[in-house]
Amino acid sequence: MVSTGSTTGSEVTRAEVCAAAIADAFKDDGEIFASPMGMLPMLGVRLAKLTSNPDLVISDGESLFLAGVPPLFAKGDVVEGWIPFRKVFDVVAYGKRHVMMGATQVDRHGNQNISAIGPFDRPTRQLLGSRGAPGNTVNNRTSYWVPKHSSRVFVEQVDTVSGVGPKRAKEAGPAASRYNDIHRIVTNLAVLDVGGPDDTVRLLSVHPGVSVEDVQQATGFELAVDGPVETTREPSSSELVIIREMLDPKTLREREVPS
Amino acid sequence: MKPRDKQLTIDEVVAQIEDGMTVGIGGWGPRRKPMALVRAILRSDLKDLTIVSWGGADVGLLARAGKIRKLVYAFVSLDSIPLEPNFLRARQDGTIPEIVELDEGMFQTGLYAAAQRLPFLPMRAGLGSDVLVNNPQIATVTSPYADPDGVFEELTAVPALRLDVALVHLNRADVHGNATYLGPDPYFDDLFCMAADKAFVSCEQILDTAGLTAGPEPTPVQRLLVSRMMVAGVVETPNGAHFTTCTPDYERDEKFQKHYAAAAADDEAWAAFEERFLSGDEDAYQAAVAAFHSEQEG
Repeated sequence: MVSTGSTTGSEVTRAEVCAAAIADAFKDDGEIFASPMGMLPMLGVRLAKLTSNPDLVISDGESLFLAGVPPLFAKGDVVEGWIPFRKVFDVVAYGKRHVMMGATQVDRHGNQNISAIGPFDRPTRQLLGSRGAPGNTVNNRTSYWVPKHSSRVFVEQVDTVSGVGPKRAKEAGPAASRYNDIHRIVTNLAVLDVGGPDDTVRLLSVHPGVSVEDVQQATGFELAVDGPVETTREPSSSELVIIREMLDPKTLREREVPS
Repeated sequence: MKPRDKQLTIDEVVAQIEDGMTVGIGGWGPRRKPMALVRAILRSDLKDLTIVSWGGADVGLLARAGKIRKLVYAFVSLDSIPLEPNFLRARQDGTIPEIVELDEGMFQTGLYAAAQRLPFLPMRAGLGSDVLVNNPQIATVTSPYADPDGVFEELTAVPALRLDVALVHLNRADVHGNATYLGPDPYFDDLFCMAADKAFVSCEQILDTAGLTAGPEPTPVQRLLVSRMMVAGVVETPNGAHFTTCTPDYERDEKFQKHYAAAAADDEAWAAFEERFLSGDEDAYQAAVAAFHSEQEG
């Protein structure tokens, strides 16, 4: 556990870098429904709402749009809307939504798998099921959060395509590709997108203390790289105050991305 | 003249289900599931069912009991325990003969199509994903209308998810089949009812019709989700969604769910779980759950 006694001056942790990188994925979204799946995405989205994009619409992860920005897993105070599951589906099709999902596998072409490992007919490991990934990826902006970047996650080809990458979307025709928008893949090591040649996964930045070689070695395919790779920015001191004192005083973030 | 009284017992509901039927189960994952009715199916001789569910322990239990010939789902999860252990086991052992995994929005569209007596409805979900690869029975359809660029879009033609029977659990109902949800989310229980030839509502409490909206804490009419015209039978099953949520009557029983999941991982522990909780009727189940909790606290 990292000491939270003093906010400024203490070293920035990897989890905090990830939170800022996730926040940056939502900063240019405007007034849309930000749907984070999982703890770090929730932290990053709430950080974005308190800094770069106050117009974001956020929910309690159940059925309420929250006017305020409560700490992780705290009850919201003011409610500004109702978003039961049936209305989530409406907003998916409406398009004003950016979801950040998890991914058990992501492949070279940015396809995602949360369905099954091994042959689909009889998986070696059954996962959640495709959930909303097929619909999300052909309707609204979709990003992925990978807390443990490894060659088990980043594979040449996913075993089952749940979330659709841009190449497959194009192959499926204009109805699939029109709104396909795989925006960012944020991991504990780096920030990536799918802007490489032939719609492949591209390395955008490596987190402080991580090298391009580290990321490549933890990836099961060759990453596209355009010129020199930047270092992911560290959160500002005011962002650190928000993360440490407002949104996540219990440092839950360190459980997902240990320092 | 009042409309007819549709009150049934749990066993009378299950007696209306036949081998090989397609049964839709309302709620969502580990939330407001008609578990008392699911438990009654476990006790019955029913077999070869097609189960249609955004799944939780309903699917896990039915799979473990070998009741499912075909499963239509988009996910199966216990939320606080993301992967449903009995479902995992069934998939990895290949014990469910036919599997239809859909996107969760496609699932809703399929119910809409059935509820509207349409053969299919178009949507984007599915395109480019393995949902269409693993389900070659699901076709695409080309729009007869050109978009502004002159393109005729090819969309997923989501087939109607027609049900023989729907089972849903709501907070309150009257004997005629009008029913309210009092929690934060209606889920899709009205759609399940309309997609089915026969829908059965279990509820925490049966009230007279006036009590559904009036009373000491008046309930907004918008909470009257299910109308009696969609319903074939009503059964009062207090704590009948256990161990899933039935907000605000009760939340998920996390302790029991943990116990369930741990038992599912081990054959011997599962046999003991079945013997203790699933060998008797619903009253016996509820008594065993109460005993489980006093033991935990003791």
